[in-house]
Amino acid sequence: MTAVAGTADFVRAPAEIRRARILGIVYLLLATVVFLFFAVGTEGDVTFRLGDQPGDLDFTVSAQVLATFTAVVFAFLGGIQLTKGFGAKTNVVLAIAIGLFAFSFLGWAAAGKSLSLIGMLGTTVALAAPIAFGALSGVMCERVGVINIGIEGMLLTGAFTGAVVGTVMSPLFGILGAAIAGGLMALALAVLAIKYRVDQIIAGVVINIFALGLTSFLSSQFLVENASGLNNPGVLGPIRIPLLAEIPVLGRILFDQNIFIYVMYLLVAGMTYGLFKTRWGLQSRAVGEHPKAADTLGINVFRRRYINVFLGGLIAGFGGAYFTLGSVGAFNENMTAGRGFIGLAAMIFGRWHPVGALGAALVFGFADSLQVKLGILDTGIPSEFLLSAPYLVTIIVVAGVVGKARPPAADGQPYIKE
Amino acid sequence: MRNVTKRFPGVVANDSVDLTIESGEILGLLGENGAGKTTLMNILYGLYSADEGEILVDGAVTKFDDPGDAIAAGIGMVHQHFMLVPVFDVTENVVLGVEPTVGPVGTIDMTEARREVQEISTQYRLEIDPSATVEDLPVGIQQRIEIIKVLFRDAEIIVFDEPTAVLTPQEVEDFFGIINGLKESGKGIIFITHKLGEILEIADRIAVLRRGKVVGEVVPAEATEEQLAEMMVGRPVDLVVEKEDADPGEVVLSVTDLLVRDDRQHTAVDRVSFEVRSGEIVGVAGVQGNGQTELVEALTGLTVPLSGMIHLGGENVTLVSPRFMHRNSVAHVPEDRQRSGLILDFDVAENLVLNSYYDEPYSHGIRMDWDYAHQHADQLIDQYDIRTPSSTVKVSSLSGGNQQKLIVAREFSRDTKLIIASQPTRGIDVGSIEYVHARIVAERDAGAAVLIVSSELDEILALSDRILVMYRGRIVAEVTGGEATATELGLYMAGLST
Ligand SMILES: Nc1ncnc2c1ncn2[C@@H]1O[C@H](COP(=O)(O)OP(=O)(O)OP(=O)(O)O)[C@@H](O)[C@H]1O
Ligand SMILES: [Mg+2]
Repeated sequence: MTAVAGTADFVRAPAEIRRARILGIVYLLLATVVFLFFAVGTEGDVTFRLGDQPGDLDFTVSAQVLATFTAVVFAFLGGIQLTKGFGAKTNVVLAIAIGLFAFSFLGWAAAGKSLSLIGMLGTTVALAAPIAFGALSGVMCERVGVINIGIEGMLLTGAFTGAVVGTVMSPLFGILGAAIAGGLMALALAVLAIKYRVDQIIAGVVINIFALGLTSFLSSQFLVENASGLNNPGVLGPIRIPLLAEIPVLGRILFDQNIFIYVMYLLVAGMTYGLFKTRWGLQSRAVGEHPKAADTLGINVFRRRYINVFLGGLIAGFGGAYFTLGSVGAFNENMTAGRGFIGLAAMIFGRWHPVGALGAALVFGFADSLQVKLGILDTGIPSEFLLSAPYLVTIIVVAGVVGKARPPAADGQPYIKE
Repeated sequence: MRNVTKRFPGVVANDSVDLTIESGEILGLLGENGAGKTTLMNILYGLYSADEGEILVDGAVTKFDDPGDAIAAGIGMVHQHFMLVPVFDVTENVVLGVEPTVGPVGTIDMTEARREVQEISTQYRLEIDPSATVEDLPVGIQQRIEIIKVLFRDAEIIVFDEPTAVLTPQEVEDFFGIINGLKESGKGIIFITHKLGEILEIADRIAVLRRGKVVGEVVPAEATEEQLAEMMVGRPVDLVVEKEDADPGEVVLSVTDLLVRDDRQHTAVDRVSFEVRSGEIVGVAGVQGNGQTELVEALTGLTVPLSGMIHLGGENVTLVSPRFMHRNSVAHVPEDRQRSGLILDFDVAENLVLNSYYDEPYSHGIRMDWDYAHQHADQLIDQYDIRTPSSTVKVSSLSGGNQQKLIVAREFSRDTKLIIASQPTRGIDVGSIEYVHARIVAERDAGAAVLIVSSELDEILALSDRILVMYRGRIVAEVTGGEATATELGLYMAGLST
């Protein structure tokens, strides 16, 4: 025999073992980073405010102590991860660890000052909302095997329609119009992708370009001149949910928001239940995994895809209205600024699961609100670097740690009979 | 079915076929690979539409636009290539499309569904874990799921397209019990197989297809296996394997204390040790799901064993990649051709070089020599009698048996030192089995070590010089080829004798 051992070939370890090791090493690295950068030489206390007013529910620690504590915890986690591992709890531990890391980072950045944590978390939820709607729309489409790159365009169209209809008629009609506009764009995508079997990525890109061009053109032609008559819908204010809003800390963050946020909660719960507990969900997932098998069982693959892509469009259009009716109060050119694409990333990060998608959207939303905060705090580190840090963490997490996220097997593949 | 014709680019798959099926009858459908059996059944099931001809149900002309229509008309089908969603569990696959629901939004009653699946499983002795994920299951078990699926749906006419290709003799007996029961309750059954003995045993009437045409109908009482084989392929077929006694040489494959866990962390292969020498054929017999799948995956580098050693020609290969095994002259015929043997969207020539495209003479440096690859493909197509319009059609359009022949051709066409073959002749017709078996024996005589894993005892008995029986992950018996009988092996396989 020809001995080629050890040349082009390698010894393979199972993916899980490799991932557990990477994660263990990441913990140890982070422990070092936290200690060297956030603990050594840091002075002063940091006050995290959890109440509405300063002094209400304050929580003061020495930034150095916080960072040292975090470093010790990370070293400990790294040790366990490398030896025993956390088994099924790995991701939960990871989530808590990331939270702790963010905490000590903030402590270091705001050493000697006070910081309204509650305000930051409230902003996080608000900033996460459009990303979450994009991600949920993506989940809806990709679970039946249609890739929807056009979410960005659907958000934008929704934002535009929401502003105009919201001004001319009423904000509620604005929301309705936005959803329908998104749904119509999705139908266009569906016809291209399902009936004509156009490459789905290209079809989605076309939708984005079309939406950007159309809304920008209409906006500069009509909205700018007649802003008060066409582009002045007003913002839907927050609604306090009676009892729930009284829950300390969390109540303020989660249950004192506007209608969009509540719809987001309902959508996540409804979609999770729908996809995993009902026959609609089982059949939809079957169509996205193995359309031929679904077909042989009498499930109409095409119809299922049309319906779900349309529903996905409704969600994206609705989410788009958030920009104009839920946050800014007027339409600006390209105001979605890539949130639809970040939504797609959140969908992948969240493993095509509504709850995961929301969680990922919250991570991105937190990164966004961190940027806002860091702009105010003077940290001494180049702000460009700080701005990218949360994304860096995300990339590490997605690439090395979360593990293989498997898209629906027939994602992006047109179904051809015969 | 009256006068049904179906054309695909380059082939007439069905040519004015007339076929009737009565209730309370089992119709056997025979034909060589690519004869058009599956195509004809797919037309009946509404998956394909016929170019000409019509389908009559109870005398009335009916038109099926999609399987939904056929299902509504009481037709059920077990497909040759499983129609299972890999990431779903057994129950989800069984109930898909006819889910039992409660409440206003169509919530699936999973407890009820699992109970019903369990009930069918017990009633028909198709042992299965209703909550196992399908992709973790060996093909024999997946076959059971397909059968349960069609039983769950309660159709009037049921088509079984090669349901016994991966079942053991005992399971086949049970299966015959099932379809006899269905027949008695007045259902019409169409049963496709390449195993002539089976069809003679169970069918009331046999129709033979050749190159898309019905070439004859016989009743079992008036036919013999030899006659049927000749009707199918148009020439006499030698049904017994001719081989000399083995002359084993040095040890090629040596396995020591191998322990492999399956995807659910259950011990699948439990400290197994054995050797395969050059110039001998070792058969591994066993009911599907007793660790054979995991054993083969570990031997070919597809899974990492938990402990134990694998040596190839004296070298430790326990943790090497599948590529390493290929490069070291190990041929592998995987048990599931569509999942791990082929890239269905690639054409025939591309699939035929999957194990060697990276070396001379198929590529020079970074450039592929496609002319050579196609020449090579044409030669193998001819040699192994792969029925395809050309070497440039996608393998997904080949008939099941021809896909299998393609894999065998690819794996056997190189220099081989060790052949590891799972269900090597799954779905291959008698004429081609003759050839494949002859090739295996020829490889052995040329000095290759051969390990055959098959649920089909006849194949194991016909080929093996030595037989190992696996039961619950262990090798419970070793028998010499010539001395073993099917009954004896059957007892070992059922764990009734040690
Ligand atoms: N989707 C398709 N596209 C093109 N050609 C096809 C398609 N399906 C089948 N064919 C061709 O039709 C012929 C009949 O195929 P079919 O699958 O019906 O054979 P079969 O009798 O079931 O064979 P086997 O015993 O191997 O399963 C073959 O030549 C095959 O290549
Ligand atoms: Mg077939």
